[in-house]
Amino acid sequence: MSIVAAGPGAAAAEAAEATRRRRRGYGRYAGVKVLGALGSLLFMLVVNFFLFRVLPGDPARTLGRGRLSTPEQLAEFKKTYGLDEPVLQQFVTYLGNLLHGDLGYSILFHKNVSEVLLERFWPTLLLVGTSTVLAAAIGVWLGIRAGWDRASPLDRFTTGGSLTLYSMPEWWLGLLLIAAFAVGIGPLPGIFPTGGLHSVDVDPASVQGVLDTAWHLTLPVITLTLAYLADYALIMRGSLIDELRSDYLTTARAKGLRDVKVRDRHAVPNALLPTTTVVALNFGFVVAGAITIETIFSIPGLGLLTTDALAVPDYWLLQGVFMLSSAAVIAANLGANLLYGWLDPRVRT
Amino acid sequence: MSTTPVPALTARQLARRRRRAAFTHSWRRFRRSRTGTAGLLVLAFFVLVALCAPLLAPAEGLQVTQATGGVLEPPSREFWLGTDANGRSVLTLLIWGARISLFVGLMATLISMLIGTLIGLTSGYFGGWVGAVLFRLTEWFLVIPFLPLAIVLATVLGRSLVNIVIVIGVTSWPGTALLIRSQVLSIKERPYVERARALGAGHRHLIGRHLLPNVVPIVFANTTLTVAIAILSETTLSFLGLGDPTRVSWGSMLDEAYSVGAITTGSWWYFVPPGVCVVLVVLSFTLVGQALEEVLNPKLRER
Repeated sequence: MSIVAAGPGAAAAEAAEATRRRRRGYGRYAGVKVLGALGSLLFMLVVNFFLFRVLPGDPARTLGRGRLSTPEQLAEFKKTYGLDEPVLQQFVTYLGNLLHGDLGYSILFHKNVSEVLLERFWPTLLLVGTSTVLAAAIGVWLGIRAGWDRASPLDRFTTGGSLTLYSMPEWWLGLLLIAAFAVGIGPLPGIFPTGGLHSVDVDPASVQGVLDTAWHLTLPVITLTLAYLADYALIMRGSLIDELRSDYLTTARAKGLRDVKVRDRHAVPNALLPTTTVVALNFGFVVAGAITIETIFSIPGLGLLTTDALAVPDYWLLQGVFMLSSAAVIAANLGANLLYGWLDPRVRT
Repeated sequence: MSTTPVPALTARQLARRRRRAAFTHSWRRFRRSRTGTAGLLVLAFFVLVALCAPLLAPAEGLQVTQATGGVLEPPSREFWLGTDANGRSVLTLLIWGARISLFVGLMATLISMLIGTLIGLTSGYFGGWVGAVLFRLTEWFLVIPFLPLAIVLATVLGRSLVNIVIVIGVTSWPGTALLIRSQVLSIKERPYVERARALGAGHRHLIGRHLLPNVVPIVFANTTLTVAIAILSETTLSFLGLGDPTRVSWGSMLDEAYSVGAITTGSWWYFVPPGVCVVLVVLSFTLVGQALEEVLNPKLRER
């Protein structure tokens, strides 16, 4: 804001002071939120540590279940992972390892957990990111139209459809889509692949490969988009309805603005606020959101990794996935809070 | 009700009469919601089926060794919904599955409600550092992604019916706790509570007489919504193989259908009915919950 240097008058000085105060207000707000997020993160690490080590019985048995039969093996395992040390010492070691990016060793892949996680992150981001963007766009569009024209056929359709989608396990919807469009019903052949990220014989980096990947991702993206859509449509509809009675809309109408203008210029920007936060928040669920969908469509992302780790069970890997997904949500939550505080100064109390 | 005034009416009788009138009034308003009533009817049907399961389909139908049908037979007159990969009637599995799915949903909700009410009430009423810590804990649980946490818990605890109830119960309470906390915070400041405090009422009296009765309606509406989520969670966890392996639920049926390849063989009678049941029950609980919320919270009525 260059107003500060613009005028030497008292009014300008006052404006500058107001700006400074506003900024300081945001700084304090942001500081509190960052501290809160750090607290959550630390608490998550503590829970994560104790969940796998202290809960029932012997941690060595939990972590290496079914693989350690003789007492010698057990002792060896304990020594390798430092499980024979006092708990506090273990916790300090655990934190130190985390800082170095060491999340343990996956017995399923014979690799470091952090390496496995990094490899599996991109397919998930592609799948969930695309679906989130699509769902947000369509959902907001539907929500605006449904909320503005309540009890219209479109509103009935949106509300009814959203509630039904909301009541549906998203993976079951995915199974139905696979059965209908990948396997085919009766005489109708399937048109989409039943799973996988791309065909084996195509180079994913080529143009053909990109198209092939898009073709493979069509059904899963449709499934996830439908699953997320309901949330956005209902929230957008609700927050628009909350704005409907506002005085500023009456003013806008009294000025003679057309209905569409009143909606798009005045009501929607205000009603978008909660939806923006929810979208930002949901990006945190990128990791957690696709567990079942990736499993049924065999997409080699973090979700499929979770179910694979579950089947072994590979505790180090599970722990890593849990930690990554929680951290992502905490980060997204912080992002959503900071965004909301920036957009709406009223919440910075 | 009576035309001649009865002078000897104790306070308790009066309160009871007033409560009954309020209930009739609410019930009438609930009935006015068409979706809510429809949901209630569907729920009544499923509860009835679950309770009468032994009469509707003999329990032997669940035994793999006593199965009479072929492998993945399509619907016929003998097997209305076909058979599963073990030759059992899908309809029998569906009827018995209703029991487990509803049981897990209701029990998990009970746990979740108890924890949620306790924590919400404590953190709202007492405030101070106890309240702050509990509030942070609630927020933390609200933020942690449900499915990974539930998977980790279920894996660590082991697979049984009780454990799945516990897992869903301890992961689904924070929404309730926040709701109750905010309600308690606002009720706490009302003049009649202040008056009671000025007259020397203790914590127990304030909570039991003034706060809880005001919070209960909200808990009630929230409960039905939580059951919906709990049943969905049960289905998903069972689908991932984290349910009780010895019991049939709708989720475990879907897991089984998926792993024997019913989707690729096009055996729709195996994987469509359990999902339809889940959707119907969850949708009904949601609709009933919304109708209840509208009855109990007049501010929402305009929507």
